[in-house]
Amino acid sequence: MSGYGAHADHDEHDHHGPAPGLKRWLYTTNHKDIGTLYLWFSLSMFFIGGAMALIIRAELFSPGIQIVDPMFFNSMTTMHAIVMIFGLVMPAFVGLANWMIPMMIGAPDMALPRLNNWSFWIMPFAFTILLSTLFMDSGGPAGGWTLYPPLTLQMGDSFAFVIFAIHFMGISSVMGSINIVATIFNMRAPGMTLMKMPLFVWTWLITAFLLIATIPVFAGAVTMLLTDRYFGTSFFSAAGGGDPVMFQHIFWFFGHPEVYILILPAFGIISSIIPTFARKPLFGYDSMVYATASIAFLSFIVWAHHMFTTGMPLAAELFFMFSTMMISVPTGVKVFNWVATMWKGSMTFETPMLFAIGFVIMFTIGGLSGLMLAITPADIQYHDTYFVVAHFHYVLVPGAVYSLLAATYYWIPKWTGNMYDEKLGKIHFWTSTVFVNVLFFPMHFVGLAGMPRRIPDYSLQFADWNAIASIGAFGFGFSQLIFLWVVIKCIRGGKKATDEVWEGSVGLEWTVPSPAPYHTFEEAPPVAVINKNHF
Amino acid sequence: MSSETTTSVKSNGADLRKRHLMVSARMLMLAVGMFGFGYLMVPLYEVICEVTGLNGKTGRISVAESEARLNESLQGADGKFLADREITVEFVGIVSAGGNWKFTPNDREMKVKPGQQYLTSYYAENLSSIPVVGQASPSVSPSAAARYFNKTECFCFTRQEFEAKGSRDMPVTFVIDPDVPINVDRVTLSYTFFKSADQTLSSVDALNPQISASVAAITTY
Repeated sequence: MSGYGAHADHDEHDHHGPAPGLKRWLYTTNHKDIGTLYLWFSLSMFFIGGAMALIIRAELFSPGIQIVDPMFFNSMTTMHAIVMIFGLVMPAFVGLANWMIPMMIGAPDMALPRLNNWSFWIMPFAFTILLSTLFMDSGGPAGGWTLYPPLTLQMGDSFAFVIFAIHFMGISSVMGSINIVATIFNMRAPGMTLMKMPLFVWTWLITAFLLIATIPVFAGAVTMLLTDRYFGTSFFSAAGGGDPVMFQHIFWFFGHPEVYILILPAFGIISSIIPTFARKPLFGYDSMVYATASIAFLSFIVWAHHMFTTGMPLAAELFFMFSTMMISVPTGVKVFNWVATMWKGSMTFETPMLFAIGFVIMFTIGGLSGLMLAITPADIQYHDTYFVVAHFHYVLVPGAVYSLLAATYYWIPKWTGNMYDEKLGKIHFWTSTVFVNVLFFPMHFVGLAGMPRRIPDYSLQFADWNAIASIGAFGFGFSQLIFLWVVIKCIRGGKKATDEVWEGSVGLEWTVPSPAPYHTFEEAPPVAVINKNHF
Repeated sequence: MSSETTTSVKSNGADLRKRHLMVSARMLMLAVGMFGFGYLMVPLYEVICEVTGLNGKTGRISVAESEARLNESLQGADGKFLADREITVEFVGIVSAGGNWKFTPNDREMKVKPGQQYLTSYYAENLSSIPVVGQASPSVSPSAAARYFNKTECFCFTRQEFEAKGSRDMPVTFVIDPDVPINVDRVTLSYTFFKSADQTLSSVDALNPQISASVAAITTY
């Protein structure tokens, strides 16, 4: 069944395989190579950002200042956030988009392959600059990843490097997004109508628009910081007639859509995996598309819920409270659709499905604590406590990161041609799931009891839960080494994967051979195949 | 494979290239536009704060306007002017971090009637041995009252230049709009005194090159 998708006729092309050696990776314009580069890059950032998290949790294991000095602790919390958001989650989704979107829509490659190469290769430079600040005399950025002035303007000389790195990451994201939009609009195989696209493609299309619309706003905000610091402007400096609160408005106008940038592609991944292992079509495909679009729209009108304590008038507090709560409606539609997909399905529990179910349950926990935070009077209590930390880590770690792990287990047989080690995969899932809850659940308790975030020390009454959270952190961190081993083992060999890989798999990517040949869909798949392979 | 059912992507290469350029150009325009929008938020923010009185930004009206409003409310057709209504205004002076000033209100508290004009002053002293330019930034709380708190004259409207060790009283004339919500009975006017970002001195500059050299030194510092 794999004849048309594969690159059958080798003789008629000049380049039918990758160039040998390092040049293959430096000059590649192949979507699969670039996808692989993105994925390795983000995996390395996962471990770097994770090491920073472990430094934070080691310091917080017991009250008092034990291991690192407070300034370094602050730069760890700041860097951990920047590395995990811009280095892990965003590039990993772009990597998956590169690998999967052309194969899912029957396209031979991304629309703008050279731009694609460029958007990847900016990233290692951006992060080298960012991480190098840790070795500068002034230390890394330590004012929090939200870069609020006036604190951020008091940063040492690393300030300019951080802004420069952020600009580079932004340029990379915008270029990557333009590429994805052009690919989805122009490269779909004939017959692949918009409403036949897999949800991963749909969610990425919407995410790309969010990125193109908000990253430049962020770029503007950090440019204002830069000119305030070095060129005498006073956007945020009250001494010159500016207003620091204005930064928060501009930042969160970007920042809130950004959190949906971090989760919408995850929704797409989960919407691909659950039907496969429930052996049922996705429940409510159309409503999934509309729900994603409404979440994206709502994300632009909720930003000030991050700022309830800045002294807004009652009318604004009410508006942002209700608009925030409204997001739970389309999100709830999604959760119910996933559950309905599983309902009465012939479910099996391979590792990708385990991570997907883990995602649905734990993302919902994070969503519910988000709903609590949306209530203005309650938020004034919860603001800047560990409750907030618990909330966003529940949506990001067992949320976004679980979707990435699920995606890797789900598609890695297609990438490598080998099945991963199912037993190790299951061990990885169960250790991760136990420890991630040991790590983040106690943060709800210490947060509600009033423990502030971003502080290296805390009162004695928080000691027990913090010790437990730190044990969870180390357990979760070391569990990820199992994942690394599974990936390496799968690349090196294993049971050969079939083309379909999974019994219930639906989608064009499963109609090409495993491993996917270097070039796929040089000729578009027949309409009949497309019609057979969508929900 | 039959070529009737599938269109090779390569066969319409030039057309596809044009479409890629089109989409990319539009998306790039969106990105550039949003970068501009980020900057547009700065004046928008100012306007919104001014209109709504958010952020405790106070109003500014002319003396004539304030008298006209008073006469209007004295006629009292809508009964808004309550002759016996009294509002307590508290005054606070804050020196921003690192400022080498003394800055305090001369009156801690005043009882005022809405619609009438009052005069108070703040005392400021430059404790450093070089001339400095200061700038005060006002804030009124509760913010619901901010837009009704109007100043006809205020030292915060302009930059304040001080000679080395110089000091003076700086006047504020204000009037609380009679339309101020009925539940407001206490208003706090607070000023934060900053070292101005713009340290050019208008008067001393020409007179004393030595001083302006030292001013340049502070500015770079």
